[in-house]
Amino acid sequence: MMGGLMIVFRLAWRNLWRNHRRTLIMLAAIVVGTWAMIFMTALMRGMVDDMVKDGVTVLPGHVQIHHPAFRDDPTIANVMTPPSAALLEALDRPEVVAWATRVRVPAVISSESDTAGVTLVGIEPERERDISFVADDLADGRYLESRDDRGLIVGRKLIDTLETGLGKRVVIMSQDRDNEIADRGFRIVGIFDSKLQQYEEGYVFAGEGAIQELLGVGDAISEVAILGHDYRNVEGLHRMIAEAAGPDLEVLAWHELDSYLGSMLAVMDGFVVVWIVVVFLALSFGLVNTLVMAVFERVREIGLMLALGMTPRSILSQILAESILLLVIGLAIGNLAAWASIEPLKDGIDVSIVGEGMEYFGSAAVVYPALYLSDVILANVVVIVLGFFASLSPAWRASRYDPVRAITKV
Amino acid sequence: MNNITFRLAWRNLWRRKRRTWLTVGAMVFSNILLVFMISLQIGMYGMMINNTLRAQTGHLQVQAPGYKDDHKMRQVVPDVKRLAAELRQGLSTDEVAARASAFALVSSADRSYGLLITGVEPDFEARVSSLPGLIKDGRFLDDPMAEEIVIGRVLARNLQVGVGDELTFIGSGRDGSFAAAVVEIVGIFESGMPEMDRSFAEVPLDFFQDAFAMEGAGHAVAIMAPGLIQVGPTRTRVEALLPEGAELVVHDWDALLPGLKQAIQADFTSAWFMYGILIVLVAFSVLNTQLMSVLERTKEFGIVMSLGVTPGRLGRLVLLETTLMGTLGLVLGALLGGALVAWLGYHGFSYPGMEEMAGKFNLPSRIYPPVTLIGLFFGPTIILISSVVASLYPAIRLRWLEPVAAMRTA
Repeated sequence: MMGGLMIVFRLAWRNLWRNHRRTLIMLAAIVVGTWAMIFMTALMRGMVDDMVKDGVTVLPGHVQIHHPAFRDDPTIANVMTPPSAALLEALDRPEVVAWATRVRVPAVISSESDTAGVTLVGIEPERERDISFVADDLADGRYLESRDDRGLIVGRKLIDTLETGLGKRVVIMSQDRDNEIADRGFRIVGIFDSKLQQYEEGYVFAGEGAIQELLGVGDAISEVAILGHDYRNVEGLHRMIAEAAGPDLEVLAWHELDSYLGSMLAVMDGFVVVWIVVVFLALSFGLVNTLVMAVFERVREIGLMLALGMTPRSILSQILAESILLLVIGLAIGNLAAWASIEPLKDGIDVSIVGEGMEYFGSAAVVYPALYLSDVILANVVVIVLGFFASLSPAWRASRYDPVRAITKV
Repeated sequence: MNNITFRLAWRNLWRRKRRTWLTVGAMVFSNILLVFMISLQIGMYGMMINNTLRAQTGHLQVQAPGYKDDHKMRQVVPDVKRLAAELRQGLSTDEVAARASAFALVSSADRSYGLLITGVEPDFEARVSSLPGLIKDGRFLDDPMAEEIVIGRVLARNLQVGVGDELTFIGSGRDGSFAAAVVEIVGIFESGMPEMDRSFAEVPLDFFQDAFAMEGAGHAVAIMAPGLIQVGPTRTRVEALLPEGAELVVHDWDALLPGLKQAIQADFTSAWFMYGILIVLVAFSVLNTQLMSVLERTKEFGIVMSLGVTPGRLGRLVLLETTLMGTLGLVLGALLGGALVAWLGYHGFSYPGMEEMAGKFNLPSRIYPPVTLIGLFFGPTIILISSVVASLYPAIRLRWLEPVAAMRTA
C-alpha cells in the first residue's frame, strides 16, 4: 500500500513538471493567495488585538463590578461599598492577576484660561499600576504616591487646551452626594501621553481618598476593576466574581462594557474566514482550469493506462495526487513568504499618516501584525480541503473515460 | 480584415469551452465581489462624510485663526450674525449659519454634567445641520432670544429631565466673567451617536451671546456647499466675501475633521490591498489559460506564419481573445454585481457587529449601497485591463516562434 502511494506521488510529481510553465504559474497563484490570506489576516488581527488591549488597559480591566445603575447614570449617586469579605476572598484567588477600586465621576476642570469636561478617576495608585495605562504612560512629573494624594495626573492634550502645566493649580468641580457642586483646587503633579488622543483629553486621575473626601462619600467606590490572565477568555473569571459579588451588584466583562470593542473580536473572526474563502475561490478557478487542461492533454495516455488495467479509482487518485501536491508546495512557499514578510514588521508598521483616521477606529498609529497559529492552520486547511473538492470533478471525469475512445482520440 | 481577426478570436475561445468558461468564471467572481465592495464603499463613505458633516461641522467654516485647534473662548469671529447674513447674500444660499460655543456645567435638580453648549441661529441652523430634524420630543428652538435649550437623549436621561424642565448652566464668558443662566428644555434630540447625544446642547445664538458676554461675536460660520465637489470653489467665493482686513480663515471639512478623511483613507487602502490580490489572482488565471492556449496551437501558428501571417497579427489575435473573454467577464460581472447591489440597495446590507461599528462612524446600522456607474464598471475594467496585460507575455512570445520548428511540434 505504501509502495503504491509512493508510486502515485512520484508519478504525480513527474506529471507536474511535464508542463513546468503551467505548473509554475499555478504555483505562483497559490503562493500569492496563501501569502495574502495570512499576511492580511495577521495585519487585521494585530490591529484589533491592539485596539482591544488598549481598550482593556484604558478603563475596564477584564471584569468590572458596579452598582447596577452606574453604567446608565455614572454619577456619585450610584456608588457601592468597598469589596465585602466574600468578594475579597474571590479577588485573592489565582485567577485574578490584579484588581483595584476606583471612584469615577464626571467633572469639570478649570484653569485660569479655560474649562473642560472630563471624567475624574480616583485611584488606588499601587493597585492601579498593574491594571491601567496611567503609570506606564506617565511622561512628566510623578505618579500618585498614595490613595490620599492630592495631586492630579492630566493628559498632555488637556494640559495644552487648558494652557496649564506641571505644578500649576486647577479647579475640579463635580457633584457631591447631596447634589451640591463640590469644588477644590488640585495641583498637577503628572502628565501622561496616551496612544489615543481621546484619553489624553478625557481623563484625569487623582487619589481615591482625596476624591471620596471631596465628594463626601466616605469609603464608597464607583467600581472594582479586575484583571485576569487572558482577555479572550474571561468567562470563568466573570462567573467567579459574579458569584462572590452577589446579586446586588452588576458584574460585567469588558466586551459587555464596551460593545464596540467586544463586537470587533467577533467581526474579526468572521472577516478572517470570509477573506480566506474568498481568496481561495478566486484561486480555485485557476486550479480547476489547470487540472482540466492537464487531464485533457493526456486523454490518450489515460486511455492507455485504463486499457492496460489500471482501475478508474487509481486514475482518480492519480489526478487528485497531482492537485494535492501542487497545493502543498504552493502552501509551503506561501506560508514561508507570509512568515518572511511579517517577521521584519514585528516592530510595528507606522501608519501615522492616517493616524487620526485610525483613532476613529479606536486604533493606534502603529500596527503590530499578529500571526495566529489558528489562522495559519485555518488558511492551510481551507486550501487543502476545498482544493481537494475542487479537483474532484476533473479527476472524476478523467477516471470515467472510455479507454477505446480515449486512445483513438486525436 | 479586422472582422476576420475578430471572428477567429471568437471561435478560438469556444474551441475549449470549459477552459474559457472557467477563466471567465474567475473574472465574473472577482467582478461581482469588486462591484459589491466598491458600491458598498461609495455608499458608506458618502454617508460617513455627509452624516458627520451634517451633524457637526458643515462643509466649510469661517473661524478666527487658531480656533480650530485651541477652541478658546476669546478666538472669536466679530459680529458673527452680520457676517453670516453677508455670506448668505453673497453666495445666494440659505445654507449658512452662525454659531458660538462654550463649555459649561449644566445642572438639573439633582444631576450636573459638563458639556459643550452651542449657540445657533434658530432660523438657519436647520439649513446646515441635521440636528434640528432629529428632535424626537418637543420642538427645535424658534426664538433667537428665548432662554431655551435642546439636549440629547442620553444627556436628558443622565440629568433625569424631560421637555419642560429647567436647567441651570454655569461657565465663564468671553471676558473671563462668570456666566450663568436658567433655561427651559424645549426639545430632546436623538442622533444615534452616543457621544453627541451625551454631550451636546444648543441654545439660541442671541441668548448665548448675552449669557457669555460675547458682545455680538461668535466662533464660527458654518456653510454647506451645494455638494462635496463644490466645496473648493465655494471656499474661494467665501474667502473673497470676507470683509477687508478681517482676521478670519476658512477651513474645509477635511481640515476641521482630519480624522474622517484619514479613516476613509485607511479603510480605502486596506480595501485596495484586498482588491489587488483578487486582481492578481485573476491575472494569473488568465495568463495560464492564454499561455496554454498559445502552446497548444504552436503547430497551427507555425503553419499560418509560414503562409505569411505576421507574428504581430497573431499576437493581436491572442490579445483580442483575452479582451473578448474580459469583456464577457465584465458584462456578466457588472450585470450580476449590479443586480446584487440593487437588491441590497432595496433591502439593506448588514452584518453582525456592524451596529456597534456604525455608531462610531455616524452610520445607520443597515447600509443601502447605491448603484453607480463607477461602482459597476471601475473594478471590472481594472480586471479587464490586467487580464490583457497578463496575456501580453504569451502574445509577445509569438515573435520568437520559428515557423519551421513550430510546424514540427507534435
